Order: sequence, then structure tokens, then C-alpha cells
Amino acid sequence: MSGELYRELRAALLGDEPVVLATVTYVEGAAEGRTALGAKLVIRPDGRCFGTLGDPELDRIATRDALAALDRGLFVTRHYGPHGEARRAEVAVFIEVFAPPARLIVFGAVDFTRALVEVGKVLGFAVTVCDPRPVFATKTRFPLADEVVAEWPDRYMDRVGPELGPRDAVCVLTHDTKFDVPAILGTLRTRAGYLGAMGSRRTHERRWQRLLEAGADEVELSERLMSPIGLDIGARTPEETAVAICAEIIAVRTGRAAGVVTSLRSGAGAIHRG
Amino acid sequence: MKEVIADIDRWQAAGRRVAIARVIGVEGSGPRDPGATMAVSEDGEVAGSVSGGCVEGAVVAEALAVLESRTPRVCTFGYSDDEALAVGLTCGGTVHLLVEPLDW
Repeated sequence: MSGELYRELRAALLGDEPVVLATVTYVEGAAEGRTALGAKLVIRPDGRCFGTLGDPELDRIATRDALAALDRGLFVTRHYGPHGEARRAEVAVFIEVFAPPARLIVFGAVDFTRALVEVGKVLGFAVTVCDPRPVFATKTRFPLADEVVAEWPDRYMDRVGPELGPRDAVCVLTHDTKFDVPAILGTLRTRAGYLGAMGSRRTHERRWQRLLEAGADEVELSERLMSPIGLDIGARTPEETAVAICAEIIAVRTGRAAGVVTSLRSGAGAIHRG
Repeated sequence: MKEVIADIDRWQAAGRRVAIARVIGVEGSGPRDPGATMAVSEDGEVAGSVSGGCVEGAVVAEALAVLESRTPRVCTFGYSDDEALAVGLTCGGTVHLLVEPLDW
């Protein structure tokens, strides 16, 4: 019969709470006798651990790596010495991350939003639409959204921002500086992995100025803000644009955005060509 | 893992022992990513999957063997493993599985 570790894992999975399962998948040499194939740690985001890999130092290092994997939502196999030493390979630990879906927050309940919600759902995001105008921010207009919120972007970000991490994405689609600027400034204060803002090159330039005037750091803006939003795949319709945006979200998460694939912000010409 | 919990609950409620097989590594093209999970009850009922179907039968046999021996093992299926040629993946990749009794 299953025991405490499975009970902890099962409870977290059924409760949609984040949890990491670290399992020894290879043992040799000096680690044998101390650590066994199948030895396990169940790790919660607050660092609480259940079980052992067979050595307290190995547990400590594997927990650190498990929490880093949880942050990025990745599955990895790590190799260690018998006591968790780096650059050794007597023990392999498979780190399996169970995290609730990453979040996609879309500011602006505009035409393009519905398509972005749909593509975001296909990719497995938990999708929120936020717009301060209650007439536009309705569940009827965005039936697939997990959450539709009529609230100012900065207020929403103050509430939700601290929960965001590198897997989460924020798209600002309002093209209206009065909404865009607070949404972007609010997102810059979070750890969200992706921040993009829609608009023509002219809108982009005006918005950039407003952001600087509002106290945004230019280096941070250059590093984090994907504006104009999306990969340059010639998208035109809301659906095509949603694909271009989601492709860029993926590219940023996978570290491909700089160079390997081309983003609109790396170019200079018209966004819609030909 | 989550998708097999309901079946495991049912099996355990009936007092049946359970083995779990998880993909822990894939080389080349593989139909399922690391983390894909299959659960097998001691009377051979199956939940979840670890491939597109090509090695499922062999994995059930490994799972039952593991319930017998009560010892976890790592199994490799694919073209790079001579012994497993008979159950090679059609996609040409290699998949490593940890098969273990659910006694933890």
C-alpha cells in the first residue's frame, strides 16, 4: 500500500497546489548503500520536504534545484555526488514539477482579446481578461476566459502581481496610454516572464515616452517590454495576431526571442507589409 | 500523474497493489515527454500511458514483475537498446522508464 509520500503528492495534485517529486533514477559507486533507486523527496513550494534521497546534504541540494525547476515549470534530471556535490554523477535525480497552469493576463477587452484568450487556452494557460470598463469586461464577450475582471490594471496587479513568476505572461492590448502605462508599470513590478504591449510603431514610441515620464527604467523597459507585441510572421487578423503573440511568449520562455526568431521590435519597417 | 489518481484510488480501495511507470528520459523523438505516467494494478488493469502505444504491453509486463520483486527498476525501450529491439519505438527514439511499486 502507498504511504506518506504518495498521500502528500496526491493531496497537492487534487488540490491543484504546486508540488515537486524528486526521485533517484541512477546510483553508482560511493553513493550505493546510502541512496537507493526510487528514493524520493516530495517538496512543497515553501520548502517543506517529505521523504529522503538517502543523505541530508543531497536532500538539501536537490530541494534547492527542485524549487528552481518549480519556478520555471520544467522537468529536469540532475546529477550529483553522494552528498549532493556538483560536477559529479554518482546519483541521478529526476525532478518532476507539478504546477498549476501558467497564467496569461490580458489587459484590454478589445477585438484582439477574444482570439488571444482562445489561443492562450489551447496552450494551457489560465487566462484572465482585465479592463476597467465594466461594459467591455464581461464573461459573455470572453466565454473561454477563466476570469474576467473589471478593474484598473495597476489595482489588479497590486493584488495579483506578487503571485506571478517566470512562466506567466502579461499582454497589454488596450492601445490607450491611460490604461497601457499603469498596466506596464504594474507588470514591471512583478516577476512575470513575458510582458508585451500592442500598438503601431507610433503608439509604441508615444507609450515609451509616457512610461519614461512615469518613472520607468529605460534599461528595464528595453530588457522586458516586447513592444510592438508579437513575432513578425505577417499576422493581420485577430486570430493570426494571437498566434504571433503566443509564439513570442513561447520564444521568450524558451530563450529564442533574441536572434533565432525575429520579433517585430527587432525590426524597423511597417508592421503589416505587402 | 494526476490523471491516474482516480484509478489508483479505486484499486487501492479494493485492496489491490499498484505499480507506477514514469518516463524519466527520452532520446531522439519520443511520443511522450518525461513525466508521462502509467499505473498498473496487480491484476493487470492499466491507467494512463507512457508512449503512443508501442511499448505499453511491455511496460505492463515490467510493472507486474516489479510488483512481484518489490524492487524498482529502470527500463529502456528503443533502438539503442539491443535487448529491447523487439519492442522498439516506431518513431526511432529511446525512452527510459522508472517502474516501481507504489509503496512509498
